[in-house]
Amino acid sequence: MAAFVARRLAAAVPVLFGITVVAFLLVHMVPGNPVKVILYGSQATPQQIADLTHQLGLDQPLWAQYGRFLWQLLQGNLGTSYLTQDSVAYELLSRTPSTLILTGAAMVVAIGIGVPLGVLAGARPGSLADRAARAVSFLGVAVPYFFLALLLVLLFSVRLNWFPAIDNGSFGALVLPAVSLGWGYAAILTRLIRGRIIEEYRSEYVRSARARGCAEWRVLLRHTLRNSSIPAITTIGLQFGNILTGAAVTEVIFGRAGLGSYLATSITSKNIPVVQGAVILIGLGYVLINLAVDLIIGVVDPRARLA
Amino acid sequence: MAMVTAAPAAGTVPAWGRARAGRGIGATAMAVAAVAAIILLAAPGLLAHVSPTATTSDILKGPGAGHWFGTDQLGRDVFSRTIYGARPVLIASLLGVLLAVVAGVALGMAAGTAPRWVNSVIMRVVDVLLAIPVLMIALILIATAGSGVRSIVIAIGVAFTPGFARVVEASVRKLRAAGYVEAARVFGSSRTRTSLRHLLPNLMTEVVVLGTSAIGWAVLTATTLSFLGLGVQLPQPDWGSDLAAGATYLSSSWWLATFPGLGITVTILLANFIGDWLMGALDPRDGMRPVQGFRALVLGQRRGKHGLAGLAGRAPAMAGAGAGAGEAKADGTEAEASQ
Repeated sequence: MAAFVARRLAAAVPVLFGITVVAFLLVHMVPGNPVKVILYGSQATPQQIADLTHQLGLDQPLWAQYGRFLWQLLQGNLGTSYLTQDSVAYELLSRTPSTLILTGAAMVVAIGIGVPLGVLAGARPGSLADRAARAVSFLGVAVPYFFLALLLVLLFSVRLNWFPAIDNGSFGALVLPAVSLGWGYAAILTRLIRGRIIEEYRSEYVRSARARGCAEWRVLLRHTLRNSSIPAITTIGLQFGNILTGAAVTEVIFGRAGLGSYLATSITSKNIPVVQGAVILIGLGYVLINLAVDLIIGVVDPRARLA
Repeated sequence: MAMVTAAPAAGTVPAWGRARAGRGIGATAMAVAAVAAIILLAAPGLLAHVSPTATTSDILKGPGAGHWFGTDQLGRDVFSRTIYGARPVLIASLLGVLLAVVAGVALGMAAGTAPRWVNSVIMRVVDVLLAIPVLMIALILIATAGSGVRSIVIAIGVAFTPGFARVVEASVRKLRAAGYVEAARVFGSSRTRTSLRHLLPNLMTEVVVLGTSAIGWAVLTATTLSFLGLGVQLPQPDWGSDLAAGATYLSSSWWLATFPGLGITVTILLANFIGDWLMGALDPRDGMRPVQGFRALVLGQRRGKHGLAGLAGRAPAMAGAGAGAGEAKADGTEAEASQ
């Protein structure tokens, strides 16, 4: 087990490095001089420009700049925003909780709708439950989440007035964004679990459990569900990065203050350090989630520890 | 190899109505889609007779006789905007996927036929790129290249390339073990010639299937980007930006946002349907479909030794089989014969 953990950690390190390289190269891919962007508007003398260039280390060779970037990163310094001169780390991290809450809520919706539906559909293929599950899944896969968000707002906010359309800090304001974001993943989970349960029902151990007189619900919940949950865990974990970016877009729609709107404005205003920082944060988050998923599966499924 | 038999469902496509639909529906869908795409791309004027940017004084009228889908806040005809709005989306997604296919296949073949250490380096880079969500990569690229359809094409192309590269590389590694490839090398065929003449044709099926399933995702990504204002700028019609613009009028004039949104939904549905159908039609194997759909790929069912999802989600041994199940059988018999 320890060797397995070590192997997974070792595999994660080059990926982390790669992410820092990508983030670092971002500044140098953007046309235009960062110094000019920072000093935009103010009448800067050539001396001031030279000073700032030296201060940012932009007059150094590329590898030296990367080294400096990495060193700052390891100290937790993600750079300074071009616009506000505040620490990027502070600006991003202060907006992260809101986005994480939305992401978490969406995952709850996805698992809460997807798993039971998938189980019901898998246990009784061809039945009414199966067809209902199929309809839900169809909608979730076909309709883009931002369109679904607007439709939900139209129905539940404008017509029925059950939930607010814009964030007002209440729990109710979380419902529509979470559902519109999570539905798509619920659909994916439903199909996945349904397929797996149908497969599992064909296996030997189910037959022997039934032969031993095991009650049907027990066969379903106790035996097959555990085995079916592995791909579900993997999927939902690996989807984290996508759910996070989806949350960013959903935030813009529902007027929630979070990473999303901040990232969008930073991109249009070419506030590169912020985009850099976001790349690193999201990449880091993805790698950590990946790692966690791998480890959980290693715990749940002993065969997987051989990887 | 208990893992192989017990684990494949996550990477396979559950046979919900698709496989049973038969060749007829799928072929019709493809024909309809092709015709629609051509009309919408080349001659939208055939369907919409009013200019999408012409403002009138009929402001915010609902759907009716004169304007089928109503008018927007500047009196522009929504039906016309919906028809013309397809073009940027289709261009971005189709060209983007094409770019990704070409780049991904080239990269995958290069990595698959290269010496071990080169392969390692390339695939590590691919791993890193796969770690960053597609939308994020697209956003980064647009941050550097500026907004507009061209940037979205490049963004989609770059973002989807690692996915294709990974699948192609796995298939190539498997195909290389085939007898006829070894024979070609023994007879002096250079690496490039082997790649083009022997490997590529066998990859075609898989690449086509993957490419078509990628189109749905590309449409979603392209419209998300233009929804965020990073695509075509107003007043030019585009589904994503029109959807965003219509969102503010949602409570009073629902038709502004709904029709572009429906356009996006229908397109994604059609693309997914065709992709799934192709997967079923081109793969003679019954029951399980070992060819990886792009969806499965994006969902993180990674192959090979990189990560557990490779085990939990895939049957790696069947990876290249979809490219030509005939080839797989040929491999099997040749492998047996050579033993």
